[in-house]
Amino acid sequence: MTSAMISTSRAWVRNAVLGLALAVSGAGVAEAAKTSLVLGMAVEPAGLDPTVAAPVAIGQVTWQNIFEGLVTIDRDGKIQPQLARSWDISADGLTYTFKLQTGVKFHDGEAFDAAVAKAAIERARGADSVNPQKRYFATIASVEAPDAETLVLKLSKPTGSLLYWLGWPSSSIVGTRSAADNKTTPVGTGPFKFKSWAKGDKVELVRNPDYWNKDKAAKLETATFRFIADPQAQAAALKSGDVDSFPEFGAPELIADLEKDAKLSVVIGNTELKVVAGMNNARKPFDDQRVRQALMMAVDRAAVVEGAWSGFGTPIGSHYTPNDPGYVDLTGVHAYDVDKAKALLKEAGYPNGFTFTIKAPQMQYAQRSSQILQALFAEIGVTMNIETTEFPAKWVSDVFKGGDYDMTIVAHAEPMDIDIYARDPYYFHYKNPAFNDVLAKVQATSDAAEQAKLYGEAQTILANDVPALYLFVMPKLGVWNAKVKGLWANEPIPSNVLNEVQWED
Amino acid sequence: MIAVLARRAGGLIITLLAVSFLIFTVMDVLPGDPAEIMLGTSASPDTLAALRREMGLDLPFLVRYLHWLGGALTGDLGTSYTYGVPVAGLIGERLQVTVPLAILALAISIGLAIPLGVLAASRKSSVADFLVGLFSHFSIAVPGFWVGLILIIVFATTLGIMPAGGFPGWAAGFWPAFKALILPAVALGLPQAGVLTRVTRTAVLDVLGEDFVRTARAKGLTPRAALWLHAVPNALIPVVTILGLQFTFLIAGAVLVENVFNLPGLGRLAYQALAQRDIIVMQDVVLFFCAFVILMNFAVDIAYLFIDPRLRREGGV
Repeated sequence: MTSAMISTSRAWVRNAVLGLALAVSGAGVAEAAKTSLVLGMAVEPAGLDPTVAAPVAIGQVTWQNIFEGLVTIDRDGKIQPQLARSWDISADGLTYTFKLQTGVKFHDGEAFDAAVAKAAIERARGADSVNPQKRYFATIASVEAPDAETLVLKLSKPTGSLLYWLGWPSSSIVGTRSAADNKTTPVGTGPFKFKSWAKGDKVELVRNPDYWNKDKAAKLETATFRFIADPQAQAAALKSGDVDSFPEFGAPELIADLEKDAKLSVVIGNTELKVVAGMNNARKPFDDQRVRQALMMAVDRAAVVEGAWSGFGTPIGSHYTPNDPGYVDLTGVHAYDVDKAKALLKEAGYPNGFTFTIKAPQMQYAQRSSQILQALFAEIGVTMNIETTEFPAKWVSDVFKGGDYDMTIVAHAEPMDIDIYARDPYYFHYKNPAFNDVLAKVQATSDAAEQAKLYGEAQTILANDVPALYLFVMPKLGVWNAKVKGLWANEPIPSNVLNEVQWED
Repeated sequence: MIAVLARRAGGLIITLLAVSFLIFTVMDVLPGDPAEIMLGTSASPDTLAALRREMGLDLPFLVRYLHWLGGALTGDLGTSYTYGVPVAGLIGERLQVTVPLAILALAISIGLAIPLGVLAASRKSSVADFLVGLFSHFSIAVPGFWVGLILIIVFATTLGIMPAGGFPGWAAGFWPAFKALILPAVALGLPQAGVLTRVTRTAVLDVLGEDFVRTARAKGLTPRAALWLHAVPNALIPVVTILGLQFTFLIAGAVLVENVFNLPGLGRLAYQALAQRDIIVMQDVVLFFCAFVILMNFAVDIAYLFIDPRLRREGGV
């Protein structure tokens, strides 16, 4: 009697977990037939239109699943053709001529052609645009659609990163009919169609049976994104099988426990999140390069990674990640050396150190890193007070906008954003014409090898000059059912690309 | 009695208006610009201005307040910045989780507390009284979210007989949805049960010492009948007062428990809206909470009138 009751209630759980898929196909289906995936994310997206809002969670649900671009960025961070099958760049770098795919339809039936692509780009660069990366379209002088298969972008000056930027979620090509409603009911050209959004809980996608690119069609029938903020709850959901994968698991200290579970695969990769302790380069004593270098040399990056993120994460010496083209390991430029740091500080006129305050956001990595930094700085006689601030709201208004801070710490999420050191105003208040020159040269060429070399130079300037303390790249703690194949190990761009994902027999 | 009710209702409306103004002001001075949060750190000033126009954030304070108040009075609570859907609908959806959760937690709390409290009071200084005391100390001492985590580890991760979190929705059927609420309701209701047990015990003990209980015994009622017919009904006033307070605590306390169990309830909506500065949602949810507390107090006052006939006279309470 008792055992019968238990097995009955177990059956209930199984039904609840597998949901409708199981109910439709009948109980007891072999696992080989599984074509649904439940993917967990910590943060729920703010709307589902990556072209009108910045939060990365939007792209992590929609980009490459629902929405596609003229070009895309693959799992190695390389630019690949997508809605544009090929392109030609004029010798002066001012005219980009794209040949577009034919026979592509949006999920609502609207046909994709050059006129639609033109409208999407005009929307992103127009006067009323609320595109979070509108700056990426700033050098586009005109957009022309001479015929249905041809799109021509005329630029006001050469923009070497334009193709890469066109691969971003914020550059997704949206339909003319559907653009206004994409925030709640996204319509794209991708391998999955939007089905439903239970706010606060999950977003459901279904396979697009009419997908134009048969080679890249989705293997899954349904994909469900579930939003679970609490890391303990994330771990429980993975262990109980409520969630099949957590591509960005939230708590490094729980990884060892999850690795013991034979059902699960743990795949550690790199994100684009650069954990950086930015300094106010306009404020004493951080306006002195020697002080910044001394602080950098006081930092034992391995200790920071160990203390802040359980040893997961790659130390960096500049504002660049190993995912990115032209990466140079510069952690040796100002390697951990307490004696040298002390000597430099003395030379700069601070033989007895100084006192300052770090405004540290509430996130765990920022709080823990700050505590380690506090201890490391104490070694060279520098006293750092920690003041907690609320991210993003208060941090953006006080530090980012207001510039009222000595030091702060935050993970810069945007891929390939080394150009922030050339922006003015920007919260570092870093001004270096030599650096700006190098970045201008990056845009002047569209040769990938030349760009990689120039990015190397830019990284080196920052590593020497230390406008911010470069700590580590946040790891991508991927945890998923061992039978799930095809998810990305690294994240050269924040995303969860699902068209290649499938269950292994 | 009508006059008493009318006076209370008038006070209620004035309080609600004052509260709405206070909420709007506080949310307005809160640091953080919703447009900046939506558009991130790469947005250019003209893009931010365009979004502020779209959100109506460029209008003067009083205009925005009156617009919001007018909308709220006609049932239009505005559109969420982040979700892009009407807030009224969002709150409605979330209440389908939070209200059943709070009611279930309250039922657990009452179901445990009244019998245990009465038992402890009627057998003062017995082993039963001691054990009940132990239970209430323990359940007051442990926080709800911790109870939640332990319940998840035992019933979901280890035994696998309960879901670890999430909510399938009522559309998935009554039982799966109800089942998803059981562990969270226990986590939410247990600390409240501890408080309520103590209050019940004290209230019943007080009443047991009164003359009318002795009279009831003297006219020949059994101790049991005297307890349930005379002592317990007269002990209900403090119990109902605490219950009214508790229900508001349950709705508010749901913030933590909903996060632990990943339930899409009102508490989590408020939490998320605050982090993302979805100001319109925050204003609406906080107004809703406040209105709820005010109405709950009103309801408790009315309940007194029914429990205690002496209060029904003009000038009572």
